Amino acid sequence: MAQFEQLPRLVDDDVDLVRRGAWVDLQFQVGLGAVPYHLTVARGRITSLDRGPILMRCSRFQVSATAEGWRRFWHPVPEPGWHDLLALTKRGAARIDGDLQPLLANLQYFKDVLAAPRRLASEAR
Amino acid sequence: MPAKLEPIVGRYMTLALGGREHRVYFEDAGAGIPLVCLHTAGADGRQFRHLMLDEAITSHYRVLAFDMPWHGKSLPPEGWQREEYRLTTAAYTEMVIAFCEALELQRPVVMGCSIGGRIVLNLAIEHAARFRALIGLEAADFQQPWYDTAWLNRPDVHGGEVCAALVSGLIAPQSPDVSRHETLWMYKQGGPGVFKGDLYFYRVDGDLRPRIGAIDTKVCPLYLLTGEYDFSCAPDDTLRTAKSIAGAEVTVMKECGHFPMSENPAQFRRYILPVLDKIREASGS
Repeated sequence: MAQFEQLPRLVDDDVDLVRRGAWVDLQFQVGLGAVPYHLTVARGRITSLDRGPILMRCSRFQVSATAEGWRRFWHPVPEPGWHDLLALTKRGAARIDGDLQPLLANLQYFKDVLAAPRRLASEAR
Repeated sequence: MPAKLEPIVGRYMTLALGGREHRVYFEDAGAGIPLVCLHTAGADGRQFRHLMLDEAITSHYRVLAFDMPWHGKSLPPEGWQREEYRLTTAAYTEMVIAFCEALELQRPVVMGCSIGGRIVLNLAIEHAARFRALIGLEAADFQQPWYDTAWLNRPDVHGGEVCAALVSGLIAPQSPDVSRHETLWMYKQGGPGVFKGDLYFYRVDGDLRPRIGAIDTKVCPLYLLTGEYDFSCAPDDTLRTAKSIAGAEVTVMKECGHFPMSENPAQFRRYILPVLDKIREASGS
């Protein structure tokens, strides 16, 4: 969880990622096991990340995975089948719900945002 | 300063397919046993450029890669604007046979990746005697779909971006960045609806499970190589397929994904050279 809560800074630090997210302005939700996080994106930056549940908070779509799923996904060199968001959904370790249009229209951006905690291992060295 | 010319030569040919003329682009390099390479869905023959520049291969093989109609530098047929492109098993099979016949290739080896790997299995079922050997990369008789192809061609989602973003996860994390992004660039360049049309063959028309047992590797050897990071055609899909084919040789490639020849040419080379050497030795060339 502490890893994930660093997401706004990790995104800010990646100039190219922010550039690619320039058209993204929305709220979405990420579930880490039983804990939902509410995120607001403005022009590609994560401007708020709130640990939930927060009742009746808006979200266009929700991405949730088991704590084990995220742990393996965020490994610096993830194992086969745990290395991509859609590999997780295919194996049933994650699910995506809601209005998928903004997710699919900016799919590489959101994949890279959600994978950003992988960089923490190299920062720690 | 002289130009750094590569030994790859590009040509165009006209092929009659399904009773219609098609202008087809192909690339050609090397001399020896013909090796026809079939690209993945929504991409083009550039995926094989590293094989075509590898003297260990081109000194024994004539490597050929065509862009399927609607892909790369090949055009869609006249009247394309009034139809939805949909690849079928019959049309794809006809295309490969027609290409080989047009160039008068003598018992070529065919190597296809992904949809190309699937059609290689159909060639093994229906036309084995025409070929010296068949190589399926990321090949299986069927795979479970992992997304809705409706997302691939609609006006509120950029087709090139979504195609590339979907397949980006099929590339192994160890693949070099430059090769990863070259592979994805081809997906970003695809025509509207073309990747989706290819997947009609992959998901709807091309389920080979009922016929896979008809393959006889004594007539034509079959090699199947699948990357460990490919979750679209996972190693288990290939291994399950091979269980129904006596004599099929399966290799699971470490640190490779769905596009071994273009996402990590150096790693792929370690796996494909021994297969090509074996085919050559069996041919006595």
